[in-house]
Amino acid sequence: MQENSYALSALPVGKRAIIHSLHGGRAFCSRVANLGFTAGALLTVVQNYGHGPMLVSLRGSLVALGRTEANQVQVCADE
Amino acid sequence: MNNRLTVRAQPALRLVTPACHDDGASQPIPAGQLTIALAGQPNVGKSTVFNMLTGLNQHVGNWPGKTVEQKTGTFQRPDGAAVGLVDLPGTYSLTANSEEERIARDYLLRERPDAVIAVVNAALLERSLYLVAELLTLDLPLVVGLNMGDVAEQHGIHVEPHVLAAALGLPVIPIVATRNQGVRELIDAATSLAADPARWTPVRPSIRPEHAPVLAEICTLIAGHLPPIYPEDWAALKLLEGDGEITALAKTNLPEATWDRVHALLLQHEDAYLNIAGGRYEWIGRMMRAAVIHPKAGAISITERVDRVVTHPLGGLAILLGILGLAFSLTYAVATPVANWLSTTVLGVLDNLAGRALAGAPAWLFGLVSDGLIHGVGTVFTFLPILVIFFAVLGVLEDVGYLARGAYVMDRFMHLMGLHGKSFLPLFLGFGCNVPAVLGARIIEERRARFLTILLAPLVPCTARLAILAFLAPAFFGSRAALVSFGLIAANLLVLAVAGIVVNRLAFRGEHTAFIMELPLYHIPNRRTVGLYVWNNTREFVRKAGSLILIASMVVWALSTLPGRGIDGSFLAAFGRRLEPAGQLMGLGDWRVIVALLTSFFAKENTIATLGILFGAGAATGTLAAQVAAALTPAARLALLLFQLLFIPCLATTATIKQETGSWRWMLASLGLLLALSYGAGVLVYQVGRLL
Repeated sequence: MQENSYALSALPVGKRAIIHSLHGGRAFCSRVANLGFTAGALLTVVQNYGHGPMLVSLRGSLVALGRTEANQVQVCADE
Repeated sequence: MNNRLTVRAQPALRLVTPACHDDGASQPIPAGQLTIALAGQPNVGKSTVFNMLTGLNQHVGNWPGKTVEQKTGTFQRPDGAAVGLVDLPGTYSLTANSEEERIARDYLLRERPDAVIAVVNAALLERSLYLVAELLTLDLPLVVGLNMGDVAEQHGIHVEPHVLAAALGLPVIPIVATRNQGVRELIDAATSLAADPARWTPVRPSIRPEHAPVLAEICTLIAGHLPPIYPEDWAALKLLEGDGEITALAKTNLPEATWDRVHALLLQHEDAYLNIAGGRYEWIGRMMRAAVIHPKAGAISITERVDRVVTHPLGGLAILLGILGLAFSLTYAVATPVANWLSTTVLGVLDNLAGRALAGAPAWLFGLVSDGLIHGVGTVFTFLPILVIFFAVLGVLEDVGYLARGAYVMDRFMHLMGLHGKSFLPLFLGFGCNVPAVLGARIIEERRARFLTILLAPLVPCTARLAILAFLAPAFFGSRAALVSFGLIAANLLVLAVAGIVVNRLAFRGEHTAFIMELPLYHIPNRRTVGLYVWNNTREFVRKAGSLILIASMVVWALSTLPGRGIDGSFLAAFGRRLEPAGQLMGLGDWRVIVALLTSFFAKENTIATLGILFGAGAATGTLAAQVAAALTPAARLALLLFQLLFIPCLATTATIKQETGSWRWMLASLGLLLALSYGAGVLVYQVGRLL
């Protein structure tokens, strides 16, 4: 399972993925988990230029994430 | 136990009128009157519901001892009974992640309102029910206001309120807050639930089976040890979630052996918090499956289409600059004529009245009223319209949902200063007034980024300083005034950026700040929301800055008149002359200009008021600005304008910096930084300009 997961920041626009795990300290994980970034949640990349912040759509809301933050969210392909 | 509770409890919120916001208009909620708390996540329309219910019957203050805004108000029921309303801070959850979250739950735990209204957004139902899941564990009578059903329908989402009500075991009232639909029914549902809470039996989310035994064990261990305001199953859940505040509470209240046991359990289940959040979303998923008909996959909403352009790294930036430019030109195009009209008409009438009323009074009294008081009023008038229009534009941009996009687009640039997109919002507010900019830095979670934003906020040229620029530039530079003004503002913002980069590198060693922000759905701005935003902000300004300007105006007049040997022999002149050598380096060797700049510390607009008093006294021809221009060389004029843009923040901003950082050192650092920057820039511009 771990081998198939990759950082959210690597996901291209329009791609759907499932959240695998969160990294980067408790404060960060708790904040994003409350926003709906929990293991198993489905998300879609709305904007990602490969640099700067990115936009994802998750649980019906649109969330902006800095690149560092997007690197701390591991996702795997939506089966 | 009761004694401890009394000691611990904060003063009752409803009786407190915070000193810094007290305006005498607050309406304490009398004993026996129903109190209803409004809870909701950001972007669900909670404030609109509050505004619809209370209108102008609201009081904006601070939570006791906190820097978070508190809104309370009353709603008059048709039967004449009044219902007290408390607007809780908008929070995503009730875990102690932020000050707002702590305030919201402390209020619910300690004050126990008669009922809670949870406003949820039908278009973002899954996420907005997360707070409902948390509220349910607090065991308070709860009513759900299902808002923005119309927006949801536009996105192809259909929510069945009665099915949701049955699934949640709570009253669910569909409302469209912006059109005032269903709001009355919502408060009726809340008051009748408060009268008979047993009528509904909510379906509470339960923890995932793998953590159920440990939760039960912690619950048994802490039983009877915590102050009774904390429901035990709630406290046990928060311990398992790793909540810092409840953990500290348990540590001090539990017998040592019991705490050791609880602590060991918590360490074993360190990751439980992710499972608890996941479990809540699973519970929400069940509600959603029952009550929501989902949109067709692949449907592209208006928000997405607009966002492709508006959040584009380049296109978005162009749009942001365009909107800012438009906002400023609108502000000045509309505000300047209004300000001029107010100054000439109203001031003329006031001057006449004063002349007639004080006909027999001594000359000094007439001077105090006419040159001191009425001059001060005139200064308030010069930029009151600017402020009103600026706040209206800002209110519309925020209500539409654009400001969050602006922050997103600016994120790349803010990173250069070690800040992120969110810092753009308070800094942008600074163009109106630096006080809300410093206050607005509260939205930034990390202390380091918040302090840096506060430090930079006074470098944003506020309307007052821009008004001075607009007042003096035409006389100083003729047809090139617009170009010079633009260049000066650009130079000012460049100084801000460079100061941000340098301070971040030196003082913070380039630490990183997490950027996570929700972008709300676009919607049509609500007149009432924007109107109340403008009203509250403007009233606040008039109360705070207005009085300071009037006092400073009279003090300056008195100092320029005493000890009665004419203005050249006044105390003010003597003081200004001492600083002439320092001013000389910037080409500002005229004590009148120096004094005018110094009085800007009381309120930026004072610069003009003081120049008016000091230059107006000499019976010269031409406008005030032209008289000042005649006293200075072109290089000195440029130095003066740049110096006043960068000079130390006004008294109100300085006091706010002290309040928000809680530190004299930060306040002094801020003053020192700005003094050095402004003087350095002034000297540089003059010395270089003289050579050209």
